[in-house]
Amino acid sequence: MSQYFLNYLDELESEAIYVLREVQAQFQNPVILFSGGKDSIVVSHLAKKAFYPGKIPFAFMHVDTGHNFPETIKFRDDLIESLDARLIVGSVQKAIDDGRVAEEKGKNATRNALQITTLLDAITDNKIDCAIGGGRRDEEKARAKERFFSHRDDFGQWDPRNQRPELWNLFNGKYFEGEHFRVFPISNWTEMDVWNYIKREQIEVPSLYLAHNREVVWRNDSWIPNSEYLILDENEKIETKKVRFRTLGDITITGGIESDADTLEKVVMEVSAMKQTERGNRTDDKRSETAMEDRKKQGYF
Amino acid sequence: MKIDNNQLLRFTTAGSVDDGKSTLIGRLLFDSKSIFEDQIKAVENTSSKKGYEGIDLALFTDGLRDEREQGITIDVAYRYFTTPKRKFIIADTPGHIQYTRNMVTGASTANAAIILIDARHGVIEQTKRHAFIASLLHIPHVIVCVNKMDLVDYAEETYNQITKAFEEFSSKMVIKDFRVIPISALHGDNVVNRSENMSWYLGATLLHTLETLHISSDINKVDARFPVQTVIRPQRDGFLDYRAYAGRLPSGILRTGDEVTVLPSGFTSSIKSIQGPSGKLEEAVAPMSVAIELSDDIDVGRGDMIARSNNKPEASQDIEVMLCWLDDAAAGPRTKYTIMHTSNEQTAMIKEVIYKIDINTLGRINDDNELRMNDICKVRIRTTKPLMIDSYRENRNTGSIILIDNTTNETVAAGMIVS
Repeated sequence: MSQYFLNYLDELESEAIYVLREVQAQFQNPVILFSGGKDSIVVSHLAKKAFYPGKIPFAFMHVDTGHNFPETIKFRDDLIESLDARLIVGSVQKAIDDGRVAEEKGKNATRNALQITTLLDAITDNKIDCAIGGGRRDEEKARAKERFFSHRDDFGQWDPRNQRPELWNLFNGKYFEGEHFRVFPISNWTEMDVWNYIKREQIEVPSLYLAHNREVVWRNDSWIPNSEYLILDENEKIETKKVRFRTLGDITITGGIESDADTLEKVVMEVSAMKQTERGNRTDDKRSETAMEDRKKQGYF
Repeated sequence: MKIDNNQLLRFTTAGSVDDGKSTLIGRLLFDSKSIFEDQIKAVENTSSKKGYEGIDLALFTDGLRDEREQGITIDVAYRYFTTPKRKFIIADTPGHIQYTRNMVTGASTANAAIILIDARHGVIEQTKRHAFIASLLHIPHVIVCVNKMDLVDYAEETYNQITKAFEEFSSKMVIKDFRVIPISALHGDNVVNRSENMSWYLGATLLHTLETLHISSDINKVDARFPVQTVIRPQRDGFLDYRAYAGRLPSGILRTGDEVTVLPSGFTSSIKSIQGPSGKLEEAVAPMSVAIELSDDIDVGRGDMIARSNNKPEASQDIEVMLCWLDDAAAGPRTKYTIMHTSNEQTAMIKEVIYKIDINTLGRINDDNELRMNDICKVRIRTTKPLMIDSYRENRNTGSIILIDNTTNETVAAGMIVS
């Protein structure tokens, strides 16, 4: 090393590794919340580094809404196999079948809010005391208030008015039986940092993030992918477009953008010129000005 | 975006409720083109619903429902922006009544603090409090922004008077590097763009100042300290005998071959290898997260500290600390708290309140022993086992502690070690 300071990506990486090691040291039964999206992929990559040459000491947990991109599930299974990790799946479909939650009605129905019950059930059933997530503070204004170590009460709720102060690098992970923590190692990363890091580290991501031809329909100002769950309006029509996705959620609500960026280099170029926020194409966030805050208070990740 | 010097600068803002902190941050983000079109559109909509002309810049930062409704900032929020020079993290702290607690939270990791002064009011008690806390927390750089210059006709004389007043009282504090910038956050003078209304001001704009502060020396590079977070033992083929100590170097530099002592046991060894995030390293520089193998098989675990044998921290059970009380509940006499210091957790008791600071006069109060929310005081703490300490002045990471209430699990105090 020729210079005695770290560049910003190395500093962010170092900070995230420190946080992951604190989780391992302070909690009994932590899991990585894995959605198959770029942020949870980056967290898994950092966890691999944090404990190398040992194995990642956390299980992985996927809250499966049942409305997935098929590519996401395949990517998840391949990654879990290559890491030789344990996968816990919480199924929203099962919660619906068991009558724990009811499907939303209407054209814009999604299973996004239904994830909350399944996530909290899976945390309780598996005695999870810490769920590590890929949430970033730059994503959304309610997330900007989030701590690295975020305390949840025994209803799984987040109380933005009563968060523990976080001082220096001293993280207080103490909790009572039934409570748990959400920990966000890449809190300080932006979308751009994530892409720069993926490119630098040559991390594999689902092909959905790269431009590809796909059947889509124009709805709510973005290209919603065709799938077996899509109910078309009379005036809507399926077209084939070259698209890519900036975030991956439920296939029913994740809007693609038209793009020619089919390599990581091109994606980085494209993201740096973006004029819309990343979640601008998520219809779940457009429901109200405080949609994310309201979901988080109930226990959303 | 390519970033020139690739560095990360963390800063915090301080100022009272109506000094215009949120507006300043909104202006900084807006003029540096760090806000997306859909965010601008959302703020435009809300502003026109509220009946404002133009857009309310504060809405870019106040994200919670209650904050937007009441027009206040409730809790620290973190904002990010990048310019071609640097990446920035802003700890946006609320300015209302709980200022001490909030400012300490935002300031603990900051390279720089922006202290806002209302040009109409000049240096007031609140300014002194903010400067005092910045000095107490050893924030390496302080930038004083004289805001609302538009309301004093952009008068150079007002700026000069305020600069002089700030210089006078700050000379009694430990503020090494400070500069004063006249701005109008509302109109954007000297925030990102130079002010045409203040051609008499020849200094840099706020953004240019933030982009060019020398921060490489903010971290102590002399005293190598390595608190052990956890032990890595893979127990798998090829690594059966591998045993490394994982941690983040808070200060200093460690090299393979260095003679080291493990504290508190006092065992000595040397560094056999350093595993960095992307492979083996010859040397590790703060603040890197690494894993260290030692040449000898000795007992080391979480809470231990590795340091060079010829430059060790002090091991002590009796420490003097400047404490900031953060909790609603006052400190109880003879109550036992959990103390967290680096990765070391012990039980501690506040033995004596030496003095409290009157945050209004900055004088000492000697006859008040009860610690309440937002109090700052010097105390003597006794721990059940030794902590490996440095003074906060020398080392922000190995000189800081928090206290945790065992009955509520809340973090109740932040402390800076004096000795």
